[in-house]
Amino acid sequence: MTTPLLRLTGVSKSFLGTHALQDISLEVDAGKVLCLLGDNGAGKSTLIKIMSGFHKPTTGTVEINGEPVTFESPRDASDQGIATVHQFGGTFPLMGVGRCFFVGAEPTKGWGPFKLFDKKVAGDIAVREMQSLGITRVTDGNRLVGSLSGGERQALAIARAVYFGANVLILDEPTAALGVKEAAHVLRIIMQARAKGVAVILVTHNVRHAMMVGDHFAVLIRGQKADDFRKGERTREEITDLMAGGEAMADLEAELAQLQADA
Amino acid sequence: MTTLPRTTAQKETAVAPPKQSESPLGQLRHRPEAGALIGTVSVFVFFAIFGGEKFLATGGAASWLNIAAELGIIAIPVGLLMIAGELDVSVGSVLAGSSMTLAIVSGYWGAPMIVGILCALGLGVLTGLLNGLIVTRTNVPSLVVTLATLSGLAGLTLGLSRVTTGTTSVPISPDPLSKALFGHLIAGQFEVAIFWWLGIAVCVTVLLQMMKYGNWIFAIGGDKESARATGIPVNRVKIALYVASGFGAALVGVIQTILYNGAQVANGQSFVFNSIIAVVIGGVLLTGGYGSVFGVVLGTLTFAIVNQGIYYTGWNSDWASLILGILILTAVLMNNTFRRLALSYKPRSAKKA
Repeated sequence: MTTPLLRLTGVSKSFLGTHALQDISLEVDAGKVLCLLGDNGAGKSTLIKIMSGFHKPTTGTVEINGEPVTFESPRDASDQGIATVHQFGGTFPLMGVGRCFFVGAEPTKGWGPFKLFDKKVAGDIAVREMQSLGITRVTDGNRLVGSLSGGERQALAIARAVYFGANVLILDEPTAALGVKEAAHVLRIIMQARAKGVAVILVTHNVRHAMMVGDHFAVLIRGQKADDFRKGERTREEITDLMAGGEAMADLEAELAQLQADA
Repeated sequence: MTTLPRTTAQKETAVAPPKQSESPLGQLRHRPEAGALIGTVSVFVFFAIFGGEKFLATGGAASWLNIAAELGIIAIPVGLLMIAGELDVSVGSVLAGSSMTLAIVSGYWGAPMIVGILCALGLGVLTGLLNGLIVTRTNVPSLVVTLATLSGLAGLTLGLSRVTTGTTSVPISPDPLSKALFGHLIAGQFEVAIFWWLGIAVCVTVLLQMMKYGNWIFAIGGDKESARATGIPVNRVKIALYVASGFGAALVGVIQTILYNGAQVANGQSFVFNSIIAVVIGGVLLTGGYGSVFGVVLGTLTFAIVNQGIYYTGWNSDWASLILGILILTAVLMNNTFRRLALSYKPRSAKKA
């Protein structure tokens, strides 16, 4: 068994005495997709923020390739190859594709204080990298990001992360705001990133999407890991029930049936 | 990697892959500055018709170019700040403060001109630094912070001027060199400030469009958190922009003082809103993330033409503000439309064959 790319051991996080996360242990391997499932408020966002360096865990350790690490800032995490792709892509609508792709890491030409931003190279690379993820409709590096579809924006953000050496890619609800076709596109891009050897952490509450691409699943409920299983070990109904809180769901169903009967 | 020389070569090679060849006018439709350009051209044509020959004569041109130059030197850095998502309304007091500093140091106390000029510009830089530090450290909205410095510095200028000189208006007799550099009237009509304005416009265009710092400014205005996550030193960039804005306002203070051979405490307050008007007419997004120096220059020209053009029409100049108000609203609506057009623009040929 090889050491996992990213490992969390007994991670907890409290904010002002409230336990947002309790004793979470997770592993992600290169070239695999880990799906983090959970209802709203289950602690998914807090967990991502710990992995991407926005928060420090109250207790517990984070290891990369078996080495314990402490992230002081998001910059530390991205230096270690952990990239977060925010909901809606975290991109800039009024910037060109090339400009957006290289924000903070602009290629330059020339010398000394007169180094110029090489927009031609930036645009070409951005277009090339997006095409390698199967986005063929973007051919102009000056195209404004705001004119791209939701799926294309996700592709831009993912292409960017992979290009800048991300080996752990955290996707926060990448399909939430998308239509069926666009979502399918994003799932295809996830599989393409996986094929490139990237470890993907897909955060979602869409069980269907998760089951289509996931190799490994973890379900969070109220800040705790409720279940942890591999592909094919659970049915969709079992997962949905678990996410919604099992018994609570059964109670709700009974109550609704009662209301229906009364009407 | 085979990279071709930019601009012209780029356009020529673009013909090779399937790409529609649009007329330059059609291309312009997809540029968000299109609205600003239409605005400038329309007000020019409007006043050319109603203002007649006098508006078109050199005297007329000088009157609005002079206004535009002084406003433009302030509007460009204020525009940069707005692109980065921040406001600076303290420019009015910086202008007054730097004017008085120069007049008191070199006029009242009789120090060499260069000392006074450096003190005046230093005041602008310091105020900018203070604004920048407070805005980035406290997260108080920049409008409030700079309103505070606007008011505070105005009070300080008035108080200190009265304490040191006993008056609110100080004369100065600039030496020929500083007169030539800052306060000369070319052909007896055109302020030398026009060249300062154009020089600054060219430098800032290069910075914004062709250097990585420009990309940083756009990114900060577009999404501050994402920009920070990519490693851009957001706070340092903002502080630098406030310093630039303070410097611009102080430079205009120096120019006015030398041009008019004196300074008054109440100078410059009109620049507070006029700079924002010029920037907004110029198509800069008030909430940040979009804008261009070319747009700001056009916005400044539009403002100046309306501001001066009214005198050539023979109408009562009371109406100038009304025209300006209508203009601002029209310009902003038009800019929004053009921005939407630019955002919905998808090259047709890019569709899969």
